[in-house]
Amino acid sequence: MFTLARNELYRLFLSPLAWVILALCQILIAYLFLTHIDYFMQLQGKMSAIPGAPGVTELIAIPLLNNAATILLLIAPLITMRLIAEERRNNSLPLLFSAPLSIQQIVFGKYLGTLSFFIILLILISLMPLSLSLGADLDYGVIASGLLGLVLLVASFTAIGLFLSSLTAQPTIAAVTTFATLFLLWIIDWAGNTQVTASTSDLFSWLSLLRHYEPLLQGEVNSSDLAYYLIIIVAFLVLTIRRLDAERLN
Amino acid sequence: MPPSGPYKLNRIYKHFMTSPPLLSAQSLSHNYGTHLAVNNVSFDIYKGEVLGFLGPNGAGKSTTMKMLSGNLAPNHGQIMINGYDLLSQPKQAKAHIGYLPEQPPLYKELTVKEFLYFCAKINLIPSNNINSAVNTAIERCGLGDMTKRLIGNLSKGYQQRVGIAQAIIHTPAVVILDEPTSGLDPIQIREIRHLIRDIATEHSVILSTHILPEVQMLCDRVQIISHGHLIFNDTISGLNKQRQASNLLCTLLSPPPLLALQQITGVITVDRLNPTQFRLHYQPDINPTAELLNLAVTEQWQLTELMPEQHSLEDVFMNIIQQESVTVGQTI
Repeated sequence: MFTLARNELYRLFLSPLAWVILALCQILIAYLFLTHIDYFMQLQGKMSAIPGAPGVTELIAIPLLNNAATILLLIAPLITMRLIAEERRNNSLPLLFSAPLSIQQIVFGKYLGTLSFFIILLILISLMPLSLSLGADLDYGVIASGLLGLVLLVASFTAIGLFLSSLTAQPTIAAVTTFATLFLLWIIDWAGNTQVTASTSDLFSWLSLLRHYEPLLQGEVNSSDLAYYLIIIVAFLVLTIRRLDAERLN
Repeated sequence: MPPSGPYKLNRIYKHFMTSPPLLSAQSLSHNYGTHLAVNNVSFDIYKGEVLGFLGPNGAGKSTTMKMLSGNLAPNHGQIMINGYDLLSQPKQAKAHIGYLPEQPPLYKELTVKEFLYFCAKINLIPSNNINSAVNTAIERCGLGDMTKRLIGNLSKGYQQRVGIAQAIIHTPAVVILDEPTSGLDPIQIREIRHLIRDIATEHSVILSTHILPEVQMLCDRVQIISHGHLIFNDTISGLNKQRQASNLLCTLLSPPPLLALQQITGVITVDRLNPTQFRLHYQPDINPTAELLNLAVTEQWQLTELMPEQHSLEDVFMNIIQQESVTVGQTI
């Protein structure tokens, strides 16, 4: 399982895609980081007069993590699309299927490998707000909970992407469907806000990936939010296993 | 060159049957939707045996191979590999098989060595043996100069070798090769056949192909599959027996009248193919060769060519398949 994960990560870094994504991600986040700092500098004078005004953490770190989530939403499909779809297109799946590995090990291995790539990306991203600690006092609790939220969010993206990649032999189709699914889950609570009927809006806002991320950004770690992400991850991993099993049966 | 064909078979035939089969397939069936791809196929493979799986395209060869390697679950039937049931104990069973599908399963962005390390690890070779396993596989498959090359940059022949190396790296009891020579040039085909013959000295091999001479060169036993049915299962010598026809082809530069040839004991009919060439059809149990030779010398017929005629493998193959379709037609 860990062999598979390492192999997955290694092959990812052999392709230019991983490096390009890491680089572009850094550039985008760095630019956003700078604009947030600029904005903070403008406000700084006014805020020093107000007691209990938001500080560096609230005005720079947290908005940055919020932006990072959007960027990850855009790039996650590009990374997850190749997971199974490309192996299927290259006819390399029999290698794994005829090795003494269970389907679970194959799926978890691929999942962990891809997740480690995202964790590396997140470490690079989180270095930026943490660098502020050189000149300012940060609220590490809030940042930690925000990062935890981001990790869970990305873990869900990966699980969903892995499942959709197992459905097709075309990486592009996997990417497009993953993006559509993630985006739908992102905005589904917009229906929740219109308050047409209480029950559907509750359901929709519960389904939204964003809704469960926001409290974590505020430093609120609710077990219900954690449970939501774990349910998403487990559900899509199980679906992937079922899907590959079904393929072997026919 | 290791001995092949009938000689090898006779040498090891005895202990084939005394030890239990390494791989045993019992009444395998698989259907894709309503199309029955493999229907009630049973066979065994013993230690040290090379089994050729012969059949036209679309006959169910690859489907059978996929089932044997655990890539496809049969709808019915049982597969035992080295005493483990492939369906209920897949991990133990799969540790004893190496599989090379029609398209070699390779990660083109890895180098040969990296790829084989990965294969060694997923096949659960203990970490202190991995180095030697990888080196042995590289050496046996003649990949010594290619270890640092990217697989994607190798020629098709070398990619096929990497595929074979992958299949034998964990020294499995049974190696399953699905059309290993398809799409290669004649030189590469020769090299791959050589390699397969070499592998057969240590592993049992199941080989699927639609190239008849390949089976004759490599295999101890042949199975012919057509439309999902196993219609022929015999040793190579059994196949050769089917090939023997009771015909002699001879060229006589000063030929006698046809009657003289017809009077040779055993000869049933004589065909004149051209003024100097004749085909003698004789009774299967009385071979007229010796008498013909004697007569040719004493009567000075100037014999320049004498050849027992054989059916080509293609003829035998077509015969068997046609017979089968007739009997199937009758039973329906």
